[in-house]
Amino acid sequence: MTNNLIVSGSPHIHKPASISRIMWTVVISLIPAGIAGVIIFGLDALWVTLVAVAAAVLTELLFGIWTKKKITVLDGSAVITGILLAFNLPSGVPLWLPIVGAVFSIAIGKQVFGGLGQNIFNPALVGRVFLMASWPKYMTTFTQPLRAAGYDAITSATPLAMLKEGKVLEHIRYLDLFLGKHGGCIGEVCILALLIGAALLLIKGYISWHIPVTYIFTTAVFTYIFGGRQLFGGDWLFHILSGGLILGAFFMATDYVATPLTAKGQLIFGLGCGLLTAVIRIWGGYPEGVSYAILMMNAATPFIDRYTKCRIYGTK
Amino acid sequence: MKNLIKEFTKGIIKENPTFVLALGLCPTLAVSVSVANAIGMGIAATFVLLGSSLIISLIRDFIPDKIRIPCYIVIIATFVTIAELCMKAYSPALDRSLGIYVPLIVVNCIVLGRAEAFACKNNLARSFFDGLGMGVGFTLALILISAIREFLGSGQILGHTLVKGFEPIFVFGMPSGALLVIGLLLGLFNLLKDKRA
Repeated sequence: MTNNLIVSGSPHIHKPASISRIMWTVVISLIPAGIAGVIIFGLDALWVTLVAVAAAVLTELLFGIWTKKKITVLDGSAVITGILLAFNLPSGVPLWLPIVGAVFSIAIGKQVFGGLGQNIFNPALVGRVFLMASWPKYMTTFTQPLRAAGYDAITSATPLAMLKEGKVLEHIRYLDLFLGKHGGCIGEVCILALLIGAALLLIKGYISWHIPVTYIFTTAVFTYIFGGRQLFGGDWLFHILSGGLILGAFFMATDYVATPLTAKGQLIFGLGCGLLTAVIRIWGGYPEGVSYAILMMNAATPFIDRYTKCRIYGTK
Repeated sequence: MKNLIKEFTKGIIKENPTFVLALGLCPTLAVSVSVANAIGMGIAATFVLLGSSLIISLIRDFIPDKIRIPCYIVIIATFVTIAELCMKAYSPALDRSLGIYVPLIVVNCIVLGRAEAFACKNNLARSFFDGLGMGVGFTLALILISAIREFLGSGQILGHTLVKGFEPIFVFGMPSGALLVIGLLLGLFNLLKDKRA
């Protein structure tokens, strides 16, 4: 008689999920936005993305060999960092820029702290902010979407940058913003494609709704109240659809390592991100604040975790 | 004599104030934007270290134990004032670019640290060489950091362009770049120390 009663220690619930499985699913969920970026900005966007991914993977590999640790290239986390970094760059940048950014992301943003699981900041955003502070000229020159043949590149400001300069934005339609027909970074423009990828992650249960929903909702509320000429007159839909908010909320603010663990903590995290993003967009010096907001809240994550710890059953 | 040389050389590598003792980081972060600033700051700090170590070592038997720190501060402040006035008189440009950080040498923890830890317990010659070694070590550390930052941040060393076509990484000219460079160099020094041990 076979023994069907198995006695073992916890955990008792098993899932087929593993680090590499989750990471590669995230990679797949980012592909629609990548395709949209290539359609909108042309092949330049593809080269930038590929170069960033290659540089990130190579850096990860070299660090693994140098520190004689387990080679972690195949778990896909370096690939994600490369893709997310490239998605945060304009398509017209010189190709050494994504290389420098990806090397910085992996080396300083991740490996210096001890590799995957130890990094306190989202590595891709560390790389982007480094590039932004170092070469602002390249990082804020955006290519016009769906350009006519015969021109190498036409630059065009992002809707948020135009808003910051005080230009009237009446000619911008919400549908264009939703589909990505406006200047911006490679991966952030096409909201539709981003939402498809985000839906995949939500259905699979790899990310929870807490951070993205509170993040977007808070940004909308604050830009509605304070973003317009008078109170309660802001164009909240415009603020949701423009800039990197959707990309940041679903793919970067939900980084497992650098965000709070509990649901309550995640709500606080999303709230803080939304508040900071709105503050930077409305009153700050930069037109866009998503990356800074997420990085600042990454820094606050240990404190949020400490004060939202779950009560152990049976204790006070 | 051999002992004195040892007091001098320990400040340069084995007890380097910046990379091993991690003292005086505030001026290090602030003035290491250019090599010229670093040299000026290093010389000023070395002068103050030398002077205060000498005087404190000479009068160490007369200072009452309870009020020794105020006494040190008065002596250090005297030398800082001398250094500041000399700098204002002979190189006003350097004085302008170093700004508040010259008077702030008064509260530099390297100077006070050497007074408290070394000069008040040792004789004149040893204190002199200790102060000199620490000052040189601090200056060399500042020059190393500022050379890296100036080259990466503006593509120049002492105002001369080294590599044509190099696009400067602005972030290294900013405070965040200073923190990055110092952090990485601290890590490197620890790595070398572990290797040797």
